[in-house]
Amino acid sequence: MKYNQARWTHDDQRYEPLLSEKANREVAVEDTPLPDDLTRDSLELPDPAEPELARHYTRLSQMNYGVDSGPFPLGSCTMKYNPKFTEAISRREDAAVHPDRPDSTLQGTLALCHRLQDYLGRIGGMDAVTLQPPAGAAGEFTGIRIAKAYHEHNGEGERSEVVIPDSAHGTNFATAAMAGYDVVELPSGDDGRVDLAALEAAVGDETAALMLTNPNTLGLFERDIEAIAEVVHDAGGLLYYDGANLNALLGRARPGDMGFDVMHYNVHKTFATPHGGGGPGAGPVGVTEDLAAFLPDPHVRANDGGFEEYTPDRSIGKVHGFYGNWPVLLKTFAYIARLGDEGLADASAKAVLNANYLAERIDYDVPFGPFHHEFVASAAPQDAADAAKRMLDYGVHPPTTKWPEIVDEALMTEPTEAEHKRSLDQLAAAFDAVAAEDDATLASAPERPAARRIDQVAAARDPTLSWHALED
Amino acid sequence: MSGSPYAPHTPAETSEMLAAVGADSLEALFDVPDSVAFDGEFGIDARGERETRREAASLLGRNDDLTEFLGRGHYEHYVPAVVDDLASRSEFLTSYTQYQPEVAQGFLQALFEYQSLLVELTGLGVANCSMYDDATALGEAATLARRVRSVSGDRVLVPEQLRDGKRRVLANYADGPGLSVASYPTADGQVDVDALRETVDEDTAMVYAETPTVRGVVEESLSAVGEVATDNDALFCLGSDPVALALLERPADVGADVVVGDAASLGTGTAYGFGLGMFVTREDYLRQVPGRLVGAGEDADGRRAYTLTLQTREQHIRKERATSNICTNQAWVALRTAIHAAWLGPEGLVDLASDCVTRARDLAAELDDVVGVQAPVHDGHHFREFVARTDQPAPAVVEDLAARGYAVHAVDDHLIQVCATEVTADAEAAFVEAVAEVAG
Repeated sequence: MKYNQARWTHDDQRYEPLLSEKANREVAVEDTPLPDDLTRDSLELPDPAEPELARHYTRLSQMNYGVDSGPFPLGSCTMKYNPKFTEAISRREDAAVHPDRPDSTLQGTLALCHRLQDYLGRIGGMDAVTLQPPAGAAGEFTGIRIAKAYHEHNGEGERSEVVIPDSAHGTNFATAAMAGYDVVELPSGDDGRVDLAALEAAVGDETAALMLTNPNTLGLFERDIEAIAEVVHDAGGLLYYDGANLNALLGRARPGDMGFDVMHYNVHKTFATPHGGGGPGAGPVGVTEDLAAFLPDPHVRANDGGFEEYTPDRSIGKVHGFYGNWPVLLKTFAYIARLGDEGLADASAKAVLNANYLAERIDYDVPFGPFHHEFVASAAPQDAADAAKRMLDYGVHPPTTKWPEIVDEALMTEPTEAEHKRSLDQLAAAFDAVAAEDDATLASAPERPAARRIDQVAAARDPTLSWHALED
Repeated sequence: MSGSPYAPHTPAETSEMLAAVGADSLEALFDVPDSVAFDGEFGIDARGERETRREAASLLGRNDDLTEFLGRGHYEHYVPAVVDDLASRSEFLTSYTQYQPEVAQGFLQALFEYQSLLVELTGLGVANCSMYDDATALGEAATLARRVRSVSGDRVLVPEQLRDGKRRVLANYADGPGLSVASYPTADGQVDVDALRETVDEDTAMVYAETPTVRGVVEESLSAVGEVATDNDALFCLGSDPVALALLERPADVGADVVVGDAASLGTGTAYGFGLGMFVTREDYLRQVPGRLVGAGEDADGRRAYTLTLQTREQHIRKERATSNICTNQAWVALRTAIHAAWLGPEGLVDLASDCVTRARDLAAELDDVVGVQAPVHDGHHFREFVARTDQPAPAVVEDLAARGYAVHAVDDHLIQVCATEVTADAEAAFVEAVAEVAG
């Protein structure tokens, strides 16, 4: 299959013009209800009529590829189909409330929060869940802050290190550093998993936590998880679960049962909320009973016949100005309710089946295994980034490229359960067609998306970040 | 239907695929040791789509139907239908971060336009393309100050009157890099510049002020605040929002180094605190900016095209040396804000902002006529909201008003806060009557 994305061109210099190039207007700011010395002099903004506005954004949407356009197998990003009805729920007028209302007038919202906390707790095997963190990385930050508060409470505030496998998401490293920890990078073993001997060498009196993704970013389940938990706990550290890959485990294993003390859920990955071109997501955090007192403020609990917000005894405070990304949480609730036990487990099973099927079907070398929801193929001797650009011409979004670094020219691929066998076969055909092509073809790709190959190096050399900068 | 309705495999296809991978069953695909295997019984019953919608409606229906005169950082302005319609196009909604810019030109251009909007509103050169909310953006500003003022100083100064949620998020962000958060005095709802000057010292990495303030007051001493900060080699961080910035003096003109705030006041309405963090700064700090940036460049045909840029600052490349851990952000909310701003146009946006000032002033005057109420408490210009003193205890006033269908903030024992925008217009007269009933 070949693909042609809509390409609106204006002239030899531009595709769809900026709104500012179509309809910019500068108005003088005068005759305002404020004195002149408190107001600006003028404001210059696009001023299109609504029909022109509609056409502009419709054209832009046509020059954008989403899951509804075709396969989007971005490894570790879990781009699955997003049920349409969840949007309708998230936009209900009675959900559009201000967070500072009295609890007594917010019983519906609080009841829904409470039910979702309960669902997520059951799914993760965790005793308490906060919905406050607005994204997965914010969830990591929350979890690590909780771990820090826990150690400080126990008189072990001197623990200064967080151990992270080299295959982990970059957010883990950034989060640990942001929370003031030193990062100890753990080299993967020959089988792509945690090497127990290396782990034992890495943990000690300084260890605050081990951050672990399971299955990991190679799609491999850490089979020694109980031993890993024992090593970390024996050293006095906490085990943190990065929920980015939870879609692979729904109903088959729970972080809480595996010995994890604290985890985040990427609800926009696991429970099908549209990624919105980079967010909003939401990153609820689950903890064991021992850590529940440290959850962010406010937390929701049942009282006599209703629900209320309260401050946990040893709360870390707040990680979002209010209560997080509420519309995203509504979609999460709707998705979990729609699928139930069997649906969640089936989604996981089909995601794992699809990953293994695709890994089997493609011509590229796929090291390690067996795989859960994702696998990492090696494009070598091709350049993975060039191969990815060529895949765009075949009507599929390419995998995540060149990461994790432990696989040469990595193509990290996660098809998700939403892809039908026909779609996987089409995806495999695209991989194979690209695998058979020569370097020159790949280097000049793509031809068919809205834009041709973009020189990202040149763009970074002389950053142009607004229409004002373009005019200069 | 016992499986996922969104996993489209027929039983025959499942069998065929299992055979292709050499597995006997779906269970056989899972590499989970028995000792940690879970039986799948969460105790969550599947509902149909219609039932799920009914359940959500039934739960949310327990919320009281109130007219909200609430603000303090989360505002409702009328969102035109075109915002929902265009932002809901599934090519926008179902896409991911623009790692492959050639197929993501639409969203990249929309984010570039969003960045441009913030540059115009602030007069500063670099806007990132979204963070979570105002509080986390403030936290990121403090860590930026830590990086660019790394030679000396670990104190962040904030006004003593500040939304508690904002202060506490800042405290969490400040702890890791070893910053401390301290307050400087305010006077009559604004910065007490002399007291600020006394408080600032050589350990101050950043001075934060906002306009309008948490009490709704338009800050009149911003240039002086900027001078105090700059004289002490501290970063001047200013908090605001895009509606206010359409009218108020440009942050660049009062010496702001960073502008943060919640941009969701355009494009979103109330959503239980759902936000959109603005982050705008001077070009000097370009390489220290947290989060995503979209830049213009060229494609192989020589046409202008857009791409994520300067990604070497980001967590997926720089790991523990990244400027921030932010990955998933609020891109789609930024799209909504950009569409709303364009729909309003410059005149519409300035009119909206002017209307906020007028409305708050007039409503305060009407409440001031109520026996037992003095409004506004602070002597200054107000934007959208103001604080009123009530002879009756504020918590009781809030409760009694809620019983009559209105929500306001309790600020202190005898202080309430009221926010007025175009969406409360039709309810204002009845609201004033209700206040007269409960506060007299």
